[in-house]
Amino acid sequence: MLSVENVAVELPTPRGNLRAVDHVNLTVGAGRTLGVVGESGCGKTMLSRAILQLLPKKAKLSGRVMFDGQDLLQLSPEKLRKLRGRSLAVVFQDPMTSLNPVLTIGTQLIETLQEHLELDQATATKRSVELLAAVGIPAPEQRLTQYPHQLSGGMRQRVAIAIALSCEPKLLIADEPTTALDVTIQAQILDLLAREQRRRHMAMILITHDLGVVAGRTDEVAVMYAGRVVERAPTPALFKKMRMPYTEALLAALPRIDAAPHTPLPAISGRPPDPTRPLKGCSFSPRCRYAVARCHAEKPDLAEAETPAHQYACFHPIENHAGAAA
Amino acid sequence: MMQQYQPATSHAPLLEVDNLVVEYPVGARTVHAVSGVSLQIARGETLGLVGESGCGKSTLGRAVLQLRRPTSGKVLFDGQDLTAMQGDTLRLMRRRVQLIFQDPIASLNPRRRIGDIVAEPLMIAGVKDPAKRKQLVDEVLAAVGLDPALVVGRLPHEFSGGQCQRICIARALVLNPEFIICDEPVSALDVSIRAQILNLLEEMKSRFGLTLLFIAHDLAVVKAVSDRVAVMYLGRLCEVGPSEQLFAKPAHPYTALLIEAIPVPDPDVRPTETVRVGEPPSPIAPPSGCRFRTRCPRADARCSAEMPELRVVAPGQLVACHHPLI
Repeated sequence: MLSVENVAVELPTPRGNLRAVDHVNLTVGAGRTLGVVGESGCGKTMLSRAILQLLPKKAKLSGRVMFDGQDLLQLSPEKLRKLRGRSLAVVFQDPMTSLNPVLTIGTQLIETLQEHLELDQATATKRSVELLAAVGIPAPEQRLTQYPHQLSGGMRQRVAIAIALSCEPKLLIADEPTTALDVTIQAQILDLLAREQRRRHMAMILITHDLGVVAGRTDEVAVMYAGRVVERAPTPALFKKMRMPYTEALLAALPRIDAAPHTPLPAISGRPPDPTRPLKGCSFSPRCRYAVARCHAEKPDLAEAETPAHQYACFHPIENHAGAAA
Repeated sequence: MMQQYQPATSHAPLLEVDNLVVEYPVGARTVHAVSGVSLQIARGETLGLVGESGCGKSTLGRAVLQLRRPTSGKVLFDGQDLTAMQGDTLRLMRRRVQLIFQDPIASLNPRRRIGDIVAEPLMIAGVKDPAKRKQLVDEVLAAVGLDPALVVGRLPHEFSGGQCQRICIARALVLNPEFIICDEPVSALDVSIRAQILNLLEEMKSRFGLTLLFIAHDLAVVKAVSDRVAVMYLGRLCEVGPSEQLFAKPAHPYTALLIEAIPVPDPDVRPTETVRVGEPPSPIAPPSGCRFRTRCPRADARCSAEMPELRVVAPGQLVACHHPLI
């Protein structure tokens, strides 16, 4: 469905070029969910914007983004606009930024349906009500006349999802869709996305900073660090046998509900490198407890582990998985 | 060094909140932010306070410090009622109680140098000798893991979120307080940085003999640092108990819901798609009786007629529920 080939994004800044995304290769098939995990500044959002062709004007993009047989980088702006919203939809972290505050929920939904599916007013209204009901919004008819500010954060995110799903997209990109929400609401929204994805057989990219969120809800995971994919594997394989020390450290740093209180957390010391000053060696080497001289001098490729599906970029992959006990 | 930690002492509580009520007007209506909350925190103890956004947990924290004056009820700190204090007496008392906020960058004045920011509480407290001030600032910055020589002359924007939170912690510690209210201190931080700050708070707690009220929405984070946990819902306490016990055997259906909603970083644990009934009602018109009854699977007629009081269900564990799980 989607294949991202050798995509790189560079942003000019006063301090020099910032390489936000560094030659990333990814694929997602229909009906599959890919989790993209990483911390702030690792390039995961820039990657999603590169796929959507919604990068800042100054950004330099290279590589290929093949979607449904077309190279998105070669499409005209008009074609792209048609594609986005129709077969390529997105849900952002903050629903307030994607909803128009001065238009009612109904106007925004009906407009999308009319624009992309060329439905008449009555059919579009009926369809809107169905969509709002499908995403779990109570009293959907009344919601049509309400404005975004009259809804709670969880309800707004449901509306944003309803709009994203309205034209039966083939690919949905959910960029930190639940980060701004409470845990109970997060669980509901993630359930909703999973249900709609199965029902519609869409491809989905779930972008998050939380390994806990991707664990039960994705088929494949790509871990990003400093603009690169540093480990990529089918979800069960990744959690069974992490090879990249960063992935392991990221998991170990999560406070666990089954750990005793006052258990010191194995924190990752230091912080990610300055993206305008790329390191010669492995980007994680300054923070890595396994790093040796070679790691500081040479950048490891994203290579295959024992199975073709499991790739990692590390000279000293973890051999015996210590798991969460690390 | 975190192993030195000693469990709560059995002395008289350092902080005692008695039947605290905080209400404020919104137009012609009233927000019932905190409705009759009572709790005690022993010297040297960390009490975690969890709940979803809008449950009143931050308002409670502020009402303890008298940053928002409570409508009724008492706040006894070291035996003295803060609600009865005014002006200088209150200001003097506040030196012993400090507050750390969620957004570390927003809580630092962007135009002032770090050295001045951390020295400000000392200025207010009347430490007139610049050499003495510098010494105290340097000590506390070193304690939170920053190099004073590199830090004091710089401005907040030169630091990352994690470093700004370290600076905030240094500022809170500089007057050598006894009690610190941490209001979502790590929710704005990345996973790897979050672990560093949680470890730092634990370290500072044992080093300076602090008592903490740790407010957060993330149960795993709260469990990692708390001796006891209080669960708040729509202005009222649902359950209070020793952390381990509360997580192993929650008595309140709401606590159970919160625990179940936490994403587990293990792909073998499929997220349970149970009935996750809706969202919290508005604190302007809270439900009669038990406030959780509109979302509770166990609710019956008694729950809407009669407000449950906190009562003991297990040693140290109190629950406000007519139909507790244990």
